[in-house]
Amino acid sequence: MEAPFVNTTAATYLMVSVTFLFGLYALAKTYNWIKNRSKQERLLVDKINQLLPQTQCGQCGYEGCRPYARAISQGEPVNQCPPGGIETIVKLTTLLNDQVKTLNPAHGEFEVLKVAVIREDECIGCTKCIKACPVDAILGGPKLMHTVIEAECTGCDLCVDPCPVDCIDMVPALTNIQPGWSLPDNLNSLHNSFGRQP
Amino acid sequence: MNLIARLFSSKHSTAVHKTSGGINPPPFKEHSLRSQIMPTPLPEELWLSLMQRDGKSLETLVSVGDLVLKNQLIATPTTTYGVPIHAPTSGQIKEISAKHVVNSFAEPQLHIVIAVDGQDKVEPLQAVTQYQSLSAFQLIEKLHDLGVANVGGIDLPTSGKLNLAMQSKTQLLIINACECEPFISADEALVREKADQIVSGAEILQQANNAEKCVVAIENNMPDAISALKLALANSSIELVLIPTKYPAGGERQIVQAITGKEVPSGGVPSDINILVQNVGTAYAAYNAIVIGQPCISRITTLAGTPLKTPKNFEVLLGTPIPFLLELCGNDERTHESTIVGGSLMGVTLFDDNVAISMTTNCVIAASPEWFPDLPAELACIRCGNCADVCPAKLLPQQLYAFSRSQDSENLEYQNLSDCIECGACSYVCPSNIPLVQYFRASKATQLAQVQQTQLSEYWQERYQYNKYRLKKDKEESKERKARLIKNRSTKTDFDDFSKSKAKIDIAAAVSRVKKRKTESALKKIQEARDDTGKPQT
Repeated sequence: MEAPFVNTTAATYLMVSVTFLFGLYALAKTYNWIKNRSKQERLLVDKINQLLPQTQCGQCGYEGCRPYARAISQGEPVNQCPPGGIETIVKLTTLLNDQVKTLNPAHGEFEVLKVAVIREDECIGCTKCIKACPVDAILGGPKLMHTVIEAECTGCDLCVDPCPVDCIDMVPALTNIQPGWSLPDNLNSLHNSFGRQP
Repeated sequence: MNLIARLFSSKHSTAVHKTSGGINPPPFKEHSLRSQIMPTPLPEELWLSLMQRDGKSLETLVSVGDLVLKNQLIATPTTTYGVPIHAPTSGQIKEISAKHVVNSFAEPQLHIVIAVDGQDKVEPLQAVTQYQSLSAFQLIEKLHDLGVANVGGIDLPTSGKLNLAMQSKTQLLIINACECEPFISADEALVREKADQIVSGAEILQQANNAEKCVVAIENNMPDAISALKLALANSSIELVLIPTKYPAGGERQIVQAITGKEVPSGGVPSDINILVQNVGTAYAAYNAIVIGQPCISRITTLAGTPLKTPKNFEVLLGTPIPFLLELCGNDERTHESTIVGGSLMGVTLFDDNVAISMTTNCVIAASPEWFPDLPAELACIRCGNCADVCPAKLLPQQLYAFSRSQDSENLEYQNLSDCIECGACSYVCPSNIPLVQYFRASKATQLAQVQQTQLSEYWQERYQYNKYRLKKDKEESKERKARLIKNRSTKTDFDDFSKSKAKIDIAAAVSRVKKRKTESALKKIQEARDDTGKPQT
């Protein structure tokens, strides 16, 4: 029997080129997939980050709010943010289709917004608090008195520990947010009943 | 009355456009309009609030114990949201302390308390003789310095509104004399008695923002005021427009729609469509400030309500305590149940009567159970749609009510809650006694708080990112600096080869010495150890 005519050289060339092209295609696809995935991930991190309170306090165990947002997007529990309280947890769980959990007490408890105040007579000017501040809200120089810019302070508590003379107090913040009307339950008297039949 | 008004209005042909919604509650104005505007006797104390609209405090120029004269500047604003305060009469600064404000939910705010000495010593006034020669900016500055604020609605400085109007070319200035809310008659009394001054004030305001045209809008149920205005306007280019009586016809957006037929865009101000609305009270204050040089230290306030024997319009010094005014009108404590600041529909019931008259206090009502009964129990919404019919902003109050109850901020925004002017027409007609406005006010407050919180956290985020960027840059810079330093040092030492080699030799010598000592001591130790082991163990 005579072997069928096969141009082995041509076949080899063909197979090699097909394999090469397929390889190229697969590479491009993978690259695209990775690129898209990282883009989507970044979008998700942004979304999560926007729901976090941005105090940059690090109580969650991460350096700041954005690092924690990245960790959440990779499966970290959402109940590690004490400044956000239950509100933030509810918002995050609705975004991530997760179950609502209570705040993890290992990371701290919810507190009202505070600001740091330096007792300026006692400050020795060591600049340690300035280095600790995540939002550059403390002003001062070496061996000169420091002070906190109240409007920029997030109340993160990070400057309190480094202070060698313990001259930083955390006091409740005076916000611009004026208390407004509340829903009528026990405060009905505030609504004018003009024209009503008694 | 109405017939006369209609006859009047037929003479003035400015077409009035239809506005949506509205109600016709009983006006209750005749009692306080029986007498003329009266000045009040001097109270013992005046309480002047230091609060600005943005929640910050004015800067005081006096300290406790200082003697002040009438018209003396005692506090200046720190931002554009504040109005300078002048002492309304002479006396001594007694204290600067926290006192209640009209908004019962707010914390007590700082007030300057003046102990009045009763002598009314005046600081001389500086009038502008030829105000026509002043430019718009000079006029605005003068109005700001003399503490002229918007007396209707929000007590922002008039200069702010005028400046905003300057940026867009104002075509129409509307002087608002429509006072649609029951019980309030301050503007009507003012127009009736001071029509000439108001017209001059309107001309000043027109000059202050170069408006092409100016009209005075007044409701058609005020015949005395209309005839007074007509006399005053006889030789003026300013027109008179009569607006059909209904509540709320005097709202800024409603009056713009009634006169021009245009609607103010949602979330915008009349300046967006080149219109400026100013209250008659503001025009009067502008006249006083520019022509007489008198700073804004008083306003016209109506005292009304059935428990008062003589309800009246008073020219009240700012800072006069409300209990003093109530006493002045012969308040009957038996029927006086609560005090309302503002009109009967939009006003706020006070928790504590010890509140002072401010720039925006147009009316104080002593409420009796006859007209202000305890609110009956709130029933379920039957979706009758009455509220939607009367809503002047064309909103759907029943939907807003449902979303307010469920705190659904997304849907509230979709239903344009922010366009609600809180007029109270919906609550007035609700057959189920639902205090709808209070729901909307509460929801608005939450919305505002949320917006402010978001702004704050966005700012913090920005600061955090900048901090990270700065740290990185600092690190790079210090690395660079170090590298430069090392480079400099090495280039320096190249010149000093001799000392370098000498140092090397010295170091080598020291090292060899140490080594020698070490080996010596080691040898000694071994020797000792040998000696120890060599000795018999007895």
